[in-house]
Amino acid sequence: MEDQKQLDAFEAKIASGVKIEPKDWMPEAYRKQLVRMMSQHAHSEIVGMLPEGNWITRAPNLRRKAILLAKVQDEAGHGLYLYSATETLGVDRTELLEQLHSGKAKYSSIFNYPTLTWADIGAIGWLVDGAAIMNQTALARGSYGPYSRAMVRICKEESFHNRQGYEIMMHLTQGTEEQKAMAQDALNRWWWPSIMMLGPSDDQSPNSDQLMRWKVKMESNDAIRQRFIDRTVPQAEFIGLKVPDSQMKMNETTGHYEHGPINWDEFFDVIKGNGPCNAKRLKDRKEADINGRWVREAAMAFAAKRVKEKEVA
Amino acid sequence: MSDTQLPVWEVFIQANPGIAHKHAGNVHAADAEMALQNARDVYSRRSEGMNIWVVPASAITASSPEDQGAFFEPSNDKPYRHPTFYKIPKGVKYL
Repeated sequence: MEDQKQLDAFEAKIASGVKIEPKDWMPEAYRKQLVRMMSQHAHSEIVGMLPEGNWITRAPNLRRKAILLAKVQDEAGHGLYLYSATETLGVDRTELLEQLHSGKAKYSSIFNYPTLTWADIGAIGWLVDGAAIMNQTALARGSYGPYSRAMVRICKEESFHNRQGYEIMMHLTQGTEEQKAMAQDALNRWWWPSIMMLGPSDDQSPNSDQLMRWKVKMESNDAIRQRFIDRTVPQAEFIGLKVPDSQMKMNETTGHYEHGPINWDEFFDVIKGNGPCNAKRLKDRKEADINGRWVREAAMAFAAKRVKEKEVA
Repeated sequence: MSDTQLPVWEVFIQANPGIAHKHAGNVHAADAEMALQNARDVYSRRSEGMNIWVVPASAITASSPEDQGAFFEPSNDKPYRHPTFYKIPKGVKYL
């Protein structure tokens, strides 16, 4: 039984806007939920490097290549901030990676889609990073100190990702008919996965009340999704692209866009492992871990040798 | 030894000359040199710093939240440590 007094103090602290720090008392359900969310977020950052990394060698010019390299490097950094924030809850990174590799831990469903053309790199920066920013700016106000601080830092870096993606799309729409078509095709393929990556609709997302009270979740999935759509549809129109939703329309009374039905079956199917690239992503991550093992071992052996040499000298 | 992700080092960055180093986060590294290089790559990609300290996380001792009261309260009953404790007549300047 968790002490009611401790729980009350914990909740009062959160209600007054004080952050919870690693060594503070916290309910086990809070810790568990955070480890689940934060590690999932960390895994998404590093798995997310794969679809984009696919285009580094084929970026259309040096400027684009340098930008894409910097972006992918940022994602590695984001993964690291998030793993280290998760480690403050008493799980080490080896364990977290094992959970990813065994399929016990998930990562964002969006990274199970392939990057077929250069325009997909634009679509990812614009839409996927755009949706992630919506989610992450909310999470930056969350109650767990290390997570919230990591979010603040990530959000600062993410807006470059978002803008470079939009710029890629804009350039394509100003190009030849083929380039315009390529941009529209990328939007067609990435639109629905992007609005789905913000999570199941509120009626399918249980336990939200407690998570909201504990400021683990700050806003409902649907609220974040609505804001993303409201901001993104005009951005598409501005560069002459059309979101692939024939029912999308502005409701003049509410000032919000209304979208057509979302294919949640596809979303849950991809989560289950049946997306176009699930197997490939996991295989690549596992190989990266296995192939990096000797490097870590050699680095440790070298460090030990140098300590010994110092002792002798 | 089973495979590890290398030991953790806490990273402190000095953003500008003359100000204190501030905790930025941590990195995993085999030794101090690798920790410095990783810290440079991870925490100063956008000119956030001009100097970095790395410290093995295992070398840090922290006070514990449960002892917060007993640990910090002794300073609360010494208001005479603050300048506002002293009443100075209005006409007196530069004090």
